[in-house]
Amino acid sequence: MKFETPAAQNPIDQLKVIGKPADRIDGKFKTTGTAPYAYERHDVAADQAYGFIVGAAIAKGRISRVDAAEAKRAPGVIAVVTTLDMPRLGRGRMNAAYLFGGADVQHYHQAIAIVVAETFEQARFAASLLRVDYARAQGRYDLAEESKRAELKGEDTDEGTSAPPLQRTGDFEAAFAAVPVKLDAEYTTPDQSHAMMEPHSSLAVWEGDRLTLWTSNQMINWGKGDLAKTLGIPEQSVRLISPYVGGGFGGKLFVRSDAALAALGAKAARRPVKVALTRPIMANNTTHRPATIQRIRIGATPEGKIRAIAHESTSGNLPDGKLETAVSQTRLLYGGANRMTSMRLALLDLPEGNSMRAPGEAPGLMALEIAMDEMAEKLHMDPVEFRIMNDTQVDPENPQRPFSYRNLVGCLRLGAERFGWSRRDPTPAMTRDGQWMIGMGVAGGFRNNLLTKSAARVAIDKAGIVTVTTDMTDIGTGSYTIIAQTAAEMLGVPLDHVRVLLGDSNSPISSGSGGQWGGNNSTAGVYAACVKLREAIAQNLGFNERDVLFADGQVRSGNRALSLAEAAGDPGLSAEDGIEYGDLGKKYQQSTFAGHFVEVGVDVATGEIRVRRMLAVCSAGRILNPKTARSQVIGAMTMGVGAALMEELAVDKRLGFFVNHDLASYEVPVHADIPHQEVIFLDEVDPMSSPMKAKGVGELGLCGVGAAVANAVYNATGVRVRDYPITLDKLIERLPEIV
Amino acid sequence: MKPFTYERASSAADAADKAGRAPGSKFIAGGTNLLDLMKLQIEAPNHLIDINGLDLDKIESMPDGGLRIGALVRNTDLAADMRVRRDYAMLSRALLAGASGQLRNKATTAGNLLQRTRCPYFYDTNMPCNKRQPGSGCSAIGGYTRQLGVVGVSDACIATHPSDMAVAMRALDATVETVRADKSSRAVPIAEFHRLPGDTPHIETVLEPGELITAVTLPKAIGGKQYYRKVRDRASYAFALVSIAAVVQPDGSGRVAVGGIAHKPWRIEAAETNMLRGAKPVAEQLLADARPTRANAFKLPLVERTLAAVLAEART
Amino acid sequence: MSKEPDAGLSRRRVLAVGAASLATALPAARSEAQPAAAGNASDSPGGLVHAVSFNVNGSEQRLDLDARTTLLDALREHMRLTGTKKGCDHGQCGACTVIVDGRRINSCLSLAVMHEGARITTIEGLGTPDKLHPMQAAFIEHDAYQCGYCTPGQICSAVAVLDEIRAGVPSHASESLLDRPQANNTEMRERMSGNICRCGAYSNIAEAMAEVAGRDV
Repeated sequence: MKFETPAAQNPIDQLKVIGKPADRIDGKFKTTGTAPYAYERHDVAADQAYGFIVGAAIAKGRISRVDAAEAKRAPGVIAVVTTLDMPRLGRGRMNAAYLFGGADVQHYHQAIAIVVAETFEQARFAASLLRVDYARAQGRYDLAEESKRAELKGEDTDEGTSAPPLQRTGDFEAAFAAVPVKLDAEYTTPDQSHAMMEPHSSLAVWEGDRLTLWTSNQMINWGKGDLAKTLGIPEQSVRLISPYVGGGFGGKLFVRSDAALAALGAKAARRPVKVALTRPIMANNTTHRPATIQRIRIGATPEGKIRAIAHESTSGNLPDGKLETAVSQTRLLYGGANRMTSMRLALLDLPEGNSMRAPGEAPGLMALEIAMDEMAEKLHMDPVEFRIMNDTQVDPENPQRPFSYRNLVGCLRLGAERFGWSRRDPTPAMTRDGQWMIGMGVAGGFRNNLLTKSAARVAIDKAGIVTVTTDMTDIGTGSYTIIAQTAAEMLGVPLDHVRVLLGDSNSPISSGSGGQWGGNNSTAGVYAACVKLREAIAQNLGFNERDVLFADGQVRSGNRALSLAEAAGDPGLSAEDGIEYGDLGKKYQQSTFAGHFVEVGVDVATGEIRVRRMLAVCSAGRILNPKTARSQVIGAMTMGVGAALMEELAVDKRLGFFVNHDLASYEVPVHADIPHQEVIFLDEVDPMSSPMKAKGVGELGLCGVGAAVANAVYNATGVRVRDYPITLDKLIERLPEIV
Repeated sequence: MKPFTYERASSAADAADKAGRAPGSKFIAGGTNLLDLMKLQIEAPNHLIDINGLDLDKIESMPDGGLRIGALVRNTDLAADMRVRRDYAMLSRALLAGASGQLRNKATTAGNLLQRTRCPYFYDTNMPCNKRQPGSGCSAIGGYTRQLGVVGVSDACIATHPSDMAVAMRALDATVETVRADKSSRAVPIAEFHRLPGDTPHIETVLEPGELITAVTLPKAIGGKQYYRKVRDRASYAFALVSIAAVVQPDGSGRVAVGGIAHKPWRIEAAETNMLRGAKPVAEQLLADARPTRANAFKLPLVERTLAAVLAEART
Repeated sequence: MSKEPDAGLSRRRVLAVGAASLATALPAARSEAQPAAAGNASDSPGGLVHAVSFNVNGSEQRLDLDARTTLLDALREHMRLTGTKKGCDHGQCGACTVIVDGRRINSCLSLAVMHEGARITTIEGLGTPDKLHPMQAAFIEHDAYQCGYCTPGQICSAVAVLDEIRAGVPSHASESLLDRPQANNTEMRERMSGNICRCGAYSNIAEAMAEVAGRDV
């Protein structure tokens, strides 16, 4: 189905199932421990052996020798494959660093060997017996230093954000010089780790030249192609199966070393082999969100109208790595005739930087939305009103191009009302509650809505049970449930009559889960398949397609009615189709919006920061399931608190690695950090997005949260911190004296 | 994890005896730190002596009014003991500020004292570390040091001791009781139990090989208002940046021990004579020989401010 | 008061240290003479095997295990009870939480052989898809999970936390050490902090727990 014109009334608009806060259909499996993740597939292959991956001990250089003799002799060892046993593997389209093979070390903990043994303990111990000689080479590890040599570069992330090397609209410099109120400030965001709870895991099984990999991956079709390319085998020989994914956040968009080395290990051992990355290796072996250095300049009239806005960002990566597109939202979020954005890539020999939840916008808004707060203060304006005054309904770089739907103003206004924003004292450091200095902060949230094709197969059996099959993944997002809701709505059956089979590369190719595009696109694909199935049923029964009705488990036309089971008959019926998009995404800017409101307390003595209240108001098209959508948003808000207050991969600039590479030293929020969170979804539809009229929310929930926290800390203390994370050491010298 | 043999001890003396006869052995009780380190081969014992079955899990009131805490008393049980909650509140508070409920259910009193540092370079076996590999150098110095020590540090090591419990015990003048392989026993004041790194940061306590902690004793309760204030970025389940164990008497005198800043719980009794004059002089004396790095210099004002807040609270 | 200790390794020393670290990078653990096998251990490839018996979810189990096997791996790999998760294997995340003799512990930081005679309850022992434990049902109702990977640990912990509060065990969040703790939001959040959820379902988990606590406290 090609989606080329705005969606008209369609069966989804009945909202009998869609739009309802249904419990997850996979919930009873996840809560009872019966949902199988990749490392747990004792059921799919006999005689599984255990692989253990060894990571490089240096950040850059060459491996001159690997002595595996002792490891091979160790008890239980079946096979040892070292990086010197083969030339470099191919590199997947989505990877910047190589996953394995050859003598060169590109980054710390890059995989250099796999040891396969009968048990996990045997494999791990034998891995410690490998003797590896390295020749260390000089590397570049300091972003601030390398940024001096960084060159302009554009980027399209595949994850919804893009910006050219340099983008100019109007004359920024002249306008900035001319306005009376201006800000010129630099902000930094650190490297961050996805730190999903399930480590990257794979079970590889070879049957002749065909490889089946049970794995944990967000994008089955990307993964299938990239694994084939990495291993140098035909794509048709690879099958990926990933029905449950224990968190991804972008860290499982791509094939990682667990997949490649499970395959190599299984080949060498002639056995099924399973591998999980150990936690201490994950941060450096896989990808991370790159650190940024961002300069923002904003110039406004005394009334608060932005006349000039510039956002420049530098991030680092391996030579073939991506930029963090931190300027992307600044092209679209606020008006102003004179604009400039630019991006630079500094070359670093740290592990590969790549997409993490809301790449670009998450760190970009951490900077931009502090800058907006600073400007509001300079203008003596309320920061909510300042943002509202500079709202735009068109693409500011191309005013002929409107937003498909945009209600940032509604998010901010309703949020301010619900949060009690009027109680905020605009003068910092004025509000106390015992030992706590109290502050409120606001930030705008913004994240683009991506349209990408997605297919599914929908079948009805003779019992009237509907089965949806697609290679879509559910990484905690609720895909299982909203796909079932879509099929139930389209075919007029109760939710518990729908089965959903996800995450198998033998199934129709979906959008996958990334860039907050999964919800809208994958359900639109299911919609398309359901439309086709409805047509087939109507045709079979000789019903008039125009007045056919699917409701209450029946298909009706005029005064004729049959149960779906009868309509399907003994052989059942099935249809496969997908959604493809025309140019509505180009003609209209499609984005999602939020107002994030945060209240913090800062301990007046220690500077410890604790979040007290949080509210997000989201404008994101139709909400397919308010229960699971809300979970996406509160989860993202939690990640935003982490980004604001604690998360930082600490770089050892001498030795070239992320030092705090486990979950004790890379702190993410725990229960005690997160208060009750409020989420409001504005009641809206966006007919430009798809027949579902929905957009994404999973990343929107993160975008802006960090800055809202930062602004609240400023309001509480009067200390403006522009370098994340905002930790007490950055406040302590400027807190009131304790007597 | 390196292969090891495993056996259960039948008594404390039996355990010490077994350890004496098996060089390279370790006692295992809660296992929450030892197994963590064994998985990384930072610890690699060839023999484990399981002491969980020993009769060392009681908390007894002593004739002199003190408490005798068995080495195997779990952190949860020690924190929850009504005598501790009432008379040694800072100890209960310190325990509850540490780790997580799951870990406290396993971790023992003796094991808590013997926790090894959380320095990230110690934890990464690719990195030189004098504590892990004597003579290999300290990669933390000049590296990422935000969490690391500011006082009592040496050119060989700037690691901190991670325990909360030990800080409170230091302020309470606890004594560590042990039994040695030759069946002799001794009592070591906690002040002397942990060592500064010096040139031998791999030697962390005065325990001899095979020596087993059997109990920790607390002297008669000293009253006063008791505090354990742990400062950290994350609200829970995190090691201290700085912690203050303090008791403040009605007359304003008291005791202070500091965690998170040194290779051992940090207390200088002489500094406490300044308690009546407020936090600043106490902190200045406690930190007089501090050698912070740029990244952890914030711990100095943090100690003073945290202590000031504790003293202010004590006055209310 | 502010002299920095040896402000950094010199370039040369980094290289030297780097080279030195190569030899020590993967510490030698050459087969040393092992002490005589003790107890009921016997030699077998890959280490020393011990018999251990415990009760898991009501059924008696007898396993012959490499002494190095954690309780977590005994459950997941040997008994194939994969509901208990391995998130970090170092006691830093709580995904492996199980209830042993009535107490929640991190099963990754405990050797299976140390649990002779123990009664172990895992997520599979709390309830099944057809017969949910009230906490499991509350998690579903409140959408107190997303990817599901930390969920069994969260649920085991949540069940044990309510028991701990009922038993009067204090926490860091308890205002007074002498009063009985209450099953309020602050108490539950502190007590649950050893269970990390990167999806960020905390707010909903607290509500699921509050519902169960309200029902049975």
